[in-house]
Amino acid sequence: MAIDWRPSAEITTLRERAHLLANVRAFFAQRDVMEVETPVLGQGGGTDVHLVSLVTQARTDKGQRRLWLQTSPEFHMKRLLAAGSGPIYQLARSFRDGEVGSRHNIEFTMLEWYRPGFALGELIDETTNLVMTLLPSFAGPVVHYRYRELFHTYLAVDPFTTSLEKLRTLASERGQMPAGTLANEGRDTCLDLLMSMVIEPQLGQNELSVVLEYPASQAALARRHQDVDGEWVASRFELYLNGIELANGYHELTDAAEQRARFNEDNAERRRLGLPEVDIDEHLLAALEHGMPEGAGVALGIDRLIQLALGKARLEDVLAFATPNC
Amino acid sequence: MANYSTNEFKGGLKVMLDGDPCSIVENELVKPGKGQAFNRVKLRNLMTGRVGERTFKSGDSLEGADVMDLEMEYLYTDGDMWHFMKTDGSFEQYAVEKKALGDTAKWLKEQVPYTITLWNDKAISVTPPNFIELEVVETDPGLKGDTAQGGSKPATLSSGAVVRVPLFINQGEVLKIDTRSGEYVSRA
Repeated sequence: MAIDWRPSAEITTLRERAHLLANVRAFFAQRDVMEVETPVLGQGGGTDVHLVSLVTQARTDKGQRRLWLQTSPEFHMKRLLAAGSGPIYQLARSFRDGEVGSRHNIEFTMLEWYRPGFALGELIDETTNLVMTLLPSFAGPVVHYRYRELFHTYLAVDPFTTSLEKLRTLASERGQMPAGTLANEGRDTCLDLLMSMVIEPQLGQNELSVVLEYPASQAALARRHQDVDGEWVASRFELYLNGIELANGYHELTDAAEQRARFNEDNAERRRLGLPEVDIDEHLLAALEHGMPEGAGVALGIDRLIQLALGKARLEDVLAFATPNC
Repeated sequence: MANYSTNEFKGGLKVMLDGDPCSIVENELVKPGKGQAFNRVKLRNLMTGRVGERTFKSGDSLEGADVMDLEMEYLYTDGDMWHFMKTDGSFEQYAVEKKALGDTAKWLKEQVPYTITLWNDKAISVTPPNFIELEVVETDPGLKGDTAQGGSKPATLSSGAVVRVPLFINQGEVLKIDTRSGEYVSRA
């Protein structure tokens, strides 16, 4: 069989992609947000239980070292913030092992930016502005939803108070899962499944949907606060368009001790699941200890936004060479 | 059989699900940026032919199914079973049940090669070639001069199938038929 050496995307698409990226840079230049470039390699990695890092070996000044390909540029960018960079953005190559599909590629480009002094609401407005700048034909409204409200609307259950047993039953029915698959799974797995399979496809239809107030257990690197009902929730938002998750933003955690505790919790969960532990990024913790300004940050899958802007069916249609063809 | 993990699922892989052999049609990763990954998998049940969707946690696995497709010529039926013979020169024969034969019953012709799907060495389905040549055994008399277009009529073929054919076709003629659509293609 002949080797398929041709690009995954058409050349005309790559030209349109270049144009959209120029618009992204213009958007931030106008707002005095500095473009930065941080390393793809790091001495620590993301501990997130659901992300698989690629690891490599390198001969460094300290001898043979294990280095982690970054799953997002978050840690390095936060170190810049702690060093007084002010607002920054980056179009960063990021790597997540095993993620291949019509909306995933192992190597992808993350548009990530940080706004010292911003409240979450201000960052949501800026994010939706950026999306609408890149989608001039999109005139739809921006609609905010609480995570809890979405579960009431689409599934008639409460994500915080419904019993785990009931969530397991509901998730395995709605997901058409083989019997027993969820028997040992916790609340978050059931909620993730219902969110991805049932709710997400309904979001962002002729509107930009902003989802707020995720369960506190899904805070990742976001702060937690109590909502109007007194539930602890994550100070985090997600943005959806055409049923596709586009962006994930946080009111950023700046407390070094809390950050270390969350890394340790992740690694404990990794041990429980038999997954490899990830070296904790001590540089980030030291930077937080020094002090990172309060603020908000967001990561946006720019390949997906380009895919939507150009009306392409698959992510690879906007990548020069998708992983299967790299 | 080996077990296959969700990241090895791809179109054409044969796996066991609920006790039936299935062929994977499509496998899509569904993963929230922060959260558990799932695989939404479309599978064809090889016993019933039905296509359904299932969700798996990424990393879960299914047992492989011992399924293979072999080319065999149709020989004859004894009324209970339909007999086929491998075309690899081994002369090995397989008997196929009516249930496994399914709709292919109406496209049977001796010495034509069919694709037989075997599960644990037992025939579970029979797929005819895309095109097959069959004789018209019964149809209304042909209309002279009507060779262009306009109108069709039913014709019964030697295999028992009834297909729509142009008005100019006569009994005894051999026709080329597309077995996937059941449509007349041309005179053979």
